Amino acid sequence: MKILVCISHVPDTTSKINFTDGDTKFDTNGVQFVINPNDEFGLTRAMWFKEKQSASVDVINVGGPETEPTLRKALAIGADTAIRVNTSATDGFAVAKQLANVAKDGGYDLIIAGRESIDYNGGMVPGMLAQLLGANFVTNCISLEVDGTNAKAVREIDGGKETVSTTLPLVIGGQKGLVEESDLRIPNMRGIMQARQKPLNVVEPVDATKETSTVKFEKPEPKGAVKLVSPDNLDELVNLLHNEAKVI
Amino acid sequence: MSVLVYTESEEGKFKKVAFEVASYAKAVADQMGTTVTALTINADEVSELGTYGVDKVLKVNDSKLDMFNAKTYANVIKQAAEKEGTKVVVVSSSADSKYLAPLLAVGLDAGYASNVVEAPTSASSFTVKRTAFTNKAFNFSTIDTDVKIVGVSKNAFGLKENSASAAVEDFSPSIPENGVHVESVDKATNTVTIADAEIVVSGGRGLKGPENWGMIEELAEVLGAATACSKPVSDLGWRPHSEHVGQTGKPVAANLYIAIGISGAIQHLAGINASKVKVVINSDPEAPFFKAADYGVVGDAFEVVPKLIEKLKEFKAQNA
Repeated sequence: MKILVCISHVPDTTSKINFTDGDTKFDTNGVQFVINPNDEFGLTRAMWFKEKQSASVDVINVGGPETEPTLRKALAIGADTAIRVNTSATDGFAVAKQLANVAKDGGYDLIIAGRESIDYNGGMVPGMLAQLLGANFVTNCISLEVDGTNAKAVREIDGGKETVSTTLPLVIGGQKGLVEESDLRIPNMRGIMQARQKPLNVVEPVDATKETSTVKFEKPEPKGAVKLVSPDNLDELVNLLHNEAKVI
Repeated sequence: MSVLVYTESEEGKFKKVAFEVASYAKAVADQMGTTVTALTINADEVSELGTYGVDKVLKVNDSKLDMFNAKTYANVIKQAAEKEGTKVVVVSSSADSKYLAPLLAVGLDAGYASNVVEAPTSASSFTVKRTAFTNKAFNFSTIDTDVKIVGVSKNAFGLKENSASAAVEDFSPSIPENGVHVESVDKATNTVTIADAEIVVSGGRGLKGPENWGMIEELAEVLGAATACSKPVSDLGWRPHSEHVGQTGKPVAANLYIAIGISGAIQHLAGINASKVKVVINSDPEAPFFKAADYGVVGDAFEVVPKLIEKLKEFKAQNA
């Protein structure tokens, strides 16, 4: 089985979010970048397929040279080959198009992406990629088994879960549940050393017109101070929720 | 030319988000000087859509569509959009709509913006305001394609009544086969889901162990709320993953979010930030959640929560 894992290069979950250039660009100053958490769950599941079902695992990112340390980390975790499409990620559709261009000739049976990135939260790349490739697609995927060309996946739905059967080639949008938090791997020294020797292929982009354009960013209004209520005066809390906040 | 809105239903009845996306579609249609067409799939009674400004309903009823299937549903919406000559399609942010929208976008060659919280500034530039960085910022984007898809965030635009009488037209799209088959659906009945809940009661590690969740469930029951938990609680296996809310868990956009024994890590706050009113109950006055909350009680959850349950029961009895 040949697996491609799509890796988004995103600010660490604890990053302070600021903007620059007249609030049109994310301010990367002092920001630590990581593998998008939803993608990392998928990458870890891919490692399971590699170890138990002899799958090969490529990782791919659409981005400039600054994203290479993130790809190297994925190699250190155990991916075999990394691919970087050398263009900045402008919008979801353009990224999906670049990924589809690499994937279509790659002979991949399974493409694992995260359900969404934690920066733009568009949640559209996996579905668009599947549709562009004509592959089956399951998102919010919390469990995946592959047997030959058949796959069984569990999707989280509002208020429960749904089990589906499908066939390869398949694209999934993964999230926590594909593997547990405790299954995530921290690269060890051997992995890091090996990753330096593994291929990181830079591919030039194809023409892909973006469909949406960022005009600007804005931070939410700073929050007013919390109103503290004494634990001995909970009638007041009920009163505030009813008469002031009007939520009960 | 009319704006097409996909109004979701479950077991024949509209979900609340159906009326919110209809309200949104009406606002867009007014800007464009056009009408609103709603597409319903296996909904029983559709006239209520008129209350929210829908002029016409394309009513699809087909047992082949009883089970949600993203690719098939996207194809049905595409056929409706083409029939109506639609330039703007409006969908919700439910798990199902977020699943189908990217497929629909490719099918219609349409640009898609998700998590949108306001009507576009104008129909001509079509700039939408959406949440990004998991609610830590807003992103203003233009949708540059001829056909546009807007995914509206839950509980952001709200319900707007606009009396119209919706003309109903039966619509029989072709229903293609596709390669994903639903084998089983495992859905809790009789409990409020985090996605639909107006109020969410959430517990953290401060509750010390899964055996102490009885009072969380009781508080939720009194309020008609859904229960949720922080990441450590789900990682420890005290509560199921499906209750984990936060950056890597479920997002919460409730009217009221009550956090009990949750310190308020930045990842947790990001995930629940879209909720309108936040209450924190925590024994540590330095807990970061107090900076994010509207109302706070500094106190021991094991004393405060049972008392609060009693007070709420009294309140409910008086206001019944």
